[in-house]
Amino acid sequence: MIHSLFLINSSGDIFLEKHWKSVVSRSVCDYFFEAQERATEAENVPPVIPTPHHYLLSVYRHKIFFVAVIQTEVPPLFVIEFLHRVVDTFQDYFGVCSEVVLKDNVVVVYEVLEEMLDNGFPLATESNILKELIKPPTILRTVVNTITGSTNVGDQLPTGQLSVVPWRRTGVKYTNNEAYFDVIEEIDAIIDKSGSTITAEIQGVIDACVKLTGMPDLTLSFMNPRLLDDVSFHPCVRFKRWESERILSFIPPDGNFRLLSYHVSAQNLVAIPVYVKHNISFRDSSSLGRFEITVGPKQTMGKTLEGVMVTSQMPKGVLNMSLTSSHGMHVFDPVTKLLSWDVGKINPQKLPSLKGTMSLQAGAFKPDENPTINLQFKIQQLAISGLKVNRLDMYGEKYKPFKGIKYMTKAGKFQVRT
Amino acid sequence: MSSNSLGYSEQGGETVSELGQEAVPTTAPSASPAFGLFSSDTKRQSSSDDSFYLTSMATTFSVLPEIKKLVYVYLMRYAEEQQDLALLSISTFQRALKDPNQLIRASALRVLSSIRVPIIVPIMMLSIKEAAADLSPYVRKNAAHAIQKLYSLDPEQKEMLIEVIEKLLKDKSTLVAGSVVMSFEEVCPDRIDLIHKNYRKLCNLLVDVEEWGQVVIIHMMTRYARTQFVSPWKEDEEYNEKNFYESDEEQKEKNLKGKKPYAMDPDHRLLIRNTKPLLQSRNAAVVMAVAQLYWHVAPKSEIGIVSKSLVRLLRSNREVQYIVLQNIATMSIQRKGLFEPYLKSFYVRSTDPTMIKTLKLEILTNLANEANISTLLREFQTYVKSQDKQFAAATIQAIGRCATNISEVTDTCLNGLVCLLSNRDEIVVAESVVVIKKLLQTQPAHHGEIIKHMAKLLDNITVPVARASILWLIGEYCERVPKIAPDVLRKMAKSFTSEDDLVKLQILNLGAKLYLTNSKQTKFLTQYILNLGKYDQSYDIRDRTRFIRQLIVPNEKSGALSKYAKKIFLAQKPAPLLESPFKDRDHFQLGTLSHTLNTRATGYLELSNWPEVAPDPSVRNVDAIELVSASIAVTTPAILSPSLVADLEGLNLSSSSVIDVSIPVFVPMKTHELLHRMSGKGLAAHYHFPRQPCIYGDQMVSVQVTLTNTTDEKIENIHIGERKLPSDMRMHEFSPIESLEPEGSITVSMGIDFCDSTQTASLKLCTKDNHFSVNIQPPVGELLLPVIMSERDFKKEKGKLTGMNETSASVTVAPQNSTRLVIVQKVVNVANLGVVPSGEDNIHRFAAKTVHSGSLMLVTVELKEGSTARLIINTEKTVIGSILLRELKPVLSQG
Repeated sequence: MIHSLFLINSSGDIFLEKHWKSVVSRSVCDYFFEAQERATEAENVPPVIPTPHHYLLSVYRHKIFFVAVIQTEVPPLFVIEFLHRVVDTFQDYFGVCSEVVLKDNVVVVYEVLEEMLDNGFPLATESNILKELIKPPTILRTVVNTITGSTNVGDQLPTGQLSVVPWRRTGVKYTNNEAYFDVIEEIDAIIDKSGSTITAEIQGVIDACVKLTGMPDLTLSFMNPRLLDDVSFHPCVRFKRWESERILSFIPPDGNFRLLSYHVSAQNLVAIPVYVKHNISFRDSSSLGRFEITVGPKQTMGKTLEGVMVTSQMPKGVLNMSLTSSHGMHVFDPVTKLLSWDVGKINPQKLPSLKGTMSLQAGAFKPDENPTINLQFKIQQLAISGLKVNRLDMYGEKYKPFKGIKYMTKAGKFQVRT
Repeated sequence: MSSNSLGYSEQGGETVSELGQEAVPTTAPSASPAFGLFSSDTKRQSSSDDSFYLTSMATTFSVLPEIKKLVYVYLMRYAEEQQDLALLSISTFQRALKDPNQLIRASALRVLSSIRVPIIVPIMMLSIKEAAADLSPYVRKNAAHAIQKLYSLDPEQKEMLIEVIEKLLKDKSTLVAGSVVMSFEEVCPDRIDLIHKNYRKLCNLLVDVEEWGQVVIIHMMTRYARTQFVSPWKEDEEYNEKNFYESDEEQKEKNLKGKKPYAMDPDHRLLIRNTKPLLQSRNAAVVMAVAQLYWHVAPKSEIGIVSKSLVRLLRSNREVQYIVLQNIATMSIQRKGLFEPYLKSFYVRSTDPTMIKTLKLEILTNLANEANISTLLREFQTYVKSQDKQFAAATIQAIGRCATNISEVTDTCLNGLVCLLSNRDEIVVAESVVVIKKLLQTQPAHHGEIIKHMAKLLDNITVPVARASILWLIGEYCERVPKIAPDVLRKMAKSFTSEDDLVKLQILNLGAKLYLTNSKQTKFLTQYILNLGKYDQSYDIRDRTRFIRQLIVPNEKSGALSKYAKKIFLAQKPAPLLESPFKDRDHFQLGTLSHTLNTRATGYLELSNWPEVAPDPSVRNVDAIELVSASIAVTTPAILSPSLVADLEGLNLSSSSVIDVSIPVFVPMKTHELLHRMSGKGLAAHYHFPRQPCIYGDQMVSVQVTLTNTTDEKIENIHIGERKLPSDMRMHEFSPIESLEPEGSITVSMGIDFCDSTQTASLKLCTKDNHFSVNIQPPVGELLLPVIMSERDFKKEKGKLTGMNETSASVTVAPQNSTRLVIVQKVVNVANLGVVPSGEDNIHRFAAKTVHSGSLMLVTVELKEGSTARLIINTEKTVIGSILLRELKPVLSQG
C-alpha cells in the first residue's frame, strides 16, 4: 500500500520524509516537481502522477503537498482519503498544520505517522486512540516535560484499539457534563446575471462537542427527518436505528467530532437569503470601467446577515480600482487582481454599496466576461432548510447532562455571475 | 520517575533538536546512516557506526518510552543497511512476543517483522505462526500485517504464509478481517478458493470492520462475485429479446428449453444488501468502493442508489472530487439516466481548478440530451467567456460534441461557433475552427458562407492547427468556393517557407486538390509549391511532395495510378466521430488506479467476465458445528505466561546475582521430535527450546511442546501422565488440553529442571485413550543462560577457572568461518551463550551460566595463523564443559 510519504513546501523543498517499507529515494519527487511546473498553479497539479516504477498520489493542503509513493494497484481514493486524514490529525494535534509547526514538532509527527500506518496499511486513524498513544503537545505540557523529564508518549496502553467502541476512551470523567450540537447548513448556489437562481442546494453538518462521564448512550431525534435526503454518519451512529426509526442513536466519541453530514433534497426550493445588485461595465473606447455593487437581505426570516464578505477575481486587464464603500473595508490587490470587501453586518435600512471606477490597461481590449462575485455570509440561529432537533436523550448513565443546540446558516460556494 | 529521570530528559531534549535539524533538508544525503537520534557525540563518531548502533541497542532497554519508540523507528528505517547489527536487537523482541500484555506482544511483532533482514526469516515465520493463534484479536491483526512484510522480504515463504492466511481468514473478529484480506490480496489473490468458506461471514462482518478494511474487502468481494455468480444483467437483455421475438414460435420454444429463468444466488444478494449501508460512510474511499461494487456486480436496476452518494462526495476536497468525477464520467457514458437528475451539481464554478472544470464539462456533455440541451448550451455560453482559456477551449470541444450527438441543435451550435470566430482570443478562435471543421464534415451541403468566412480568417490566425484546418476545409470543398480557393493558395504560396510543418502539408494538399479540379488557374502555383516542398528541411514534407508530384503531374513514367488521382484525393471522407475520452475506460474496474490513469498499473487484477454457469454454490456452506469447534481451537489458551514482569517499560530483566543474565543472542528454530505421528496414533509432538528464562522456576529450562493432531478425529484430554525422572530432576507440566481438533495444533510450554546434566526426562504423554512413552533430552547448549560480562570481568573469572576446570582443543576452521559474525552465529546456534565484547579481532569470547547451579561457563575461540583455532572452555561443571567442547568443534570446522 503506501510506501513512503514526502512533505513538500510551496518552494519545492522536501522537508520531511517517512518510509514504511524499504526506502524510496527522494529523487522520485522529481517527477512531481515536473508535473508541478507544468501545472503552473498548485491547485492544478494532478493528484495522481505515474512514474516508471512508482505512482505518486498527492494532496495539497495548507500550502503543503503531501505526496504518497505507492508501487502497486490500490484504490486512489484510499490513499487520498488517508492523506487527508493525516492532515486532519496534524491539525487536531497542533492547531494549525504548517511547515513551521510540523518542523517544531517533528518528533511527535514521526511518532504519529508511525502509529497511523503499519507496513503502509492504516492502523490507528481514530484521533481518540492516537491521542492516548501520543499526547498532543501543549505549552503547559512542554514546560512540565522539560522540568520533570516526562514525555509525550502516553504511559497508558492504547486500550481503545481493542474495544468495540474504538472511538471512545474508557474511564472518561468530567465534573460538568455537557453535550453541545451545532447544526450548520451551507448554501451552495450559482446566481445568474439577472438574479435568478441557476442551481442551489443545501449541505448541512451536525458537529458535536460531547463531554460526558462514562459510557453514555445518546439518541437524537428530529422534528422533520424527511428533509434529509442523503446522509453520512460518524461510525458511532447505529445505522439500523436510522433506517427503521429515523433516530440517531450512538455512543459518542469524547470531545469534538462530526456526527452527521447531510444533503437536503434538491426538490425543495432553497430560499436564498441574500441578493446582489451589480452594474459592472467595461467600455471598448475608454480605459475606465464602471463598478457598482449593492448587497441586501431577502427571505432571512427576520434574522440579520452577518460576516458578509464579497470577493471577486478581476480580469487581468484591470490595473487598479478606485472605489468607495458605504460600509466596511475593501482591498484590491493589483498583483493577484483580487478584490475583497469585508461588509460585516447588514443593516436592512441602509444597504451597503461599493461604487467606483476600474482603470484598465491602456490599449487592451475589454475583457469578454465580467468577473464573478463570490459571497460569504452567516446567519445565526437559523437552519435555512427548516431542520429542527426534537430531543436528545441519554441512557446508560445516571447524571443529568447539560444539553445545547445551536443553528447556523452559512454561504458555501456562493457565486453570482455578472 | 526515579532520580535518573533528569539525565534522560536532557537526552530527550537533544533528540528533539537533532531531529529538527535532520528534517530540514541539508546538503547531507538523506540516506546517511548517521541519523543523529541520540546525541551529538555519537554523530561525530559516526565513522564507527557499530558502537553507535550498540548504543542504540542498549537504549532499547531504556526506561523512557519515547526514546524506545524512536529507537524502533530508527531500527525499521536502517536495519536493511545495518543488517549484522540489527540482529543483536532481535532477541529483545522475541522475548516481548511472550509478554502477557497483548499490546506489547503486538507491537513487538510489528517491529520484529519490520526489520528487513533476510537471516531472521525463520524467526519471523515462527512468530507469525504463533501470533496468528494468539488469544488477542489485536495480536492476530498484527500477525496479518506481518504476513505481507515477510512476503515482501522473502517470497519463497509463500506456501507457509498462505497456510497462515487460511487460518486467519477463519477468524471471526472484525479487527482481523480487513488486515487478513489485505494480506490475501497481496500474497495470493488468485487463491479464491480460500474465500468460499468465509464468504458469508465476511459479508456479515463487513459493516463493523474498520473503514480501511472495508475498502479492501469490498474490492476483493467484487472480484469474487464476478467469478462465482452468474450475471444478473442477462435478465434485462433477455426481456428485450423476448419482446422482439414474441411472434416467433420457434424462438420461444428454444428460450423455454435452453434457459431457466434467472434467480439470483442468495449469497450474491447478501453481498449487495450488506454493502448498501456503507454508502453512508463518511469515508470517500468506502463509498467509492461500494459504488464500483454495485456497478460491476449488482443488477442494472439497482445501481441507481449509488449516484446520490457519489454526488455527495463532490462536496469534498479537490483530490477526492477529481477521482470521483473521473469515475462518474465513465459511468455517465454507459448509463446517462444515472446522473441526469443531478445535472446541476456538475455546473462549473469559476473557483474550481481547471482539471475539475474540464471533468465536470465532460460529464455535462455526456449527460446532454434533447430535453436538457438548451439549458446546457446556455450554461456553456458562460463557460466560453471564462477567463480560464484552457477551459474555454474545452467548452468549445464540448459544444462540438453536443452538436454531433444531438442533431436538433447542430445548426444552433454551428452558428454559435461561427460567432466565436470573431473572438479576440486566439486559442478560442483556433479551437472553434477545429470544431467547425469537424462539424462541417458531417453536413457539408450548405455551408459555403462559413467556409468563405473562415478563409478570411487565415490572414489573422496564427495557431497552426487552426490554419491547417481551414486549408483542409477549403481544399475539400474547393468546388463550392471556386473563386476563393485559388486565391488562398496564392497567399499561402507566398508564406509557405515560414509556415509550420502541419500547415505546409495542408498547403500541399490544397494545391493537389486544386490542381485536379481547377488546373487551369492553379497549375503553375501548385508546381511552384511542389518545388518549394522538394527542398524543405522536413523529411515528411519532401516525401509528401514527391508522392503528390508523381500522382498528379502526368509524365511518361507515371503509372496507372495517376488516372485515379482525383478519386484518391477527392474521395468522400467519413466524418470524424466526436467521442468522449472516457469511452474506452470502462474495461478497467472503476475506482482503481488503473482506471484513473487509463493504463494498467502494476498489480492490477482484471475483473473476470461472469461465468456462463455458476460454480457450485455449496462450497460456501459452512457447517455450523465446524464453526463452533474451530473457534474453540482458537480460543484454547495457546501460550501461557501468567506472571512475567511486564509492561512497556519492563523489558529489562531483573538481575539475579552478581552476574547479569542477558537475553539470548539468538534463538534457533530447530525442533526435536517428541512423538512421531505414526507411533502416536495420529498425535504428533515436537519440542523446542525457546531460550527464555523459565517462568515456573529459576532452575528450570523452558521447553515448548507443539502438539499436532493429524487424525481426522478430535483428540481429547491430552496431559502428562506418569514420569520417570532421575532423582533431583523436577518438572512443571503443561495444563491438560481438553481437546485438539483434526488438523489442529497447539503449542504449550513447560519447565524442566535438568540439574545441569544431559540426562533424559522420560514421561508418559497421555490422551483420553492412549499412553505414549516419550523422552526429552536437552542438548547441552540449552542448559545455559547467557550472561552480560565485560571483557575485564571475563578475564578475571577465567583466571579463577584454570587447571582441571579448563578444557581445550584445536580445530581447523573452515575459511568462510573466520569472520566475527559467522563465528558468533555458529556458536550461539549451538549453545545459549552471551557474547562478550572483545577488543581483539581474533579472539571471541562467550559467557553463560548453567541454569540449575548458576556456574559460569566461559568459552573462548582464538583464531590462529593458518586457519586453525583454539577452543577453550572454562567451567566448574567439567562434564558439561567437555560435552560442549565436543559439540562446538565440528561446528567451527564445518563450512
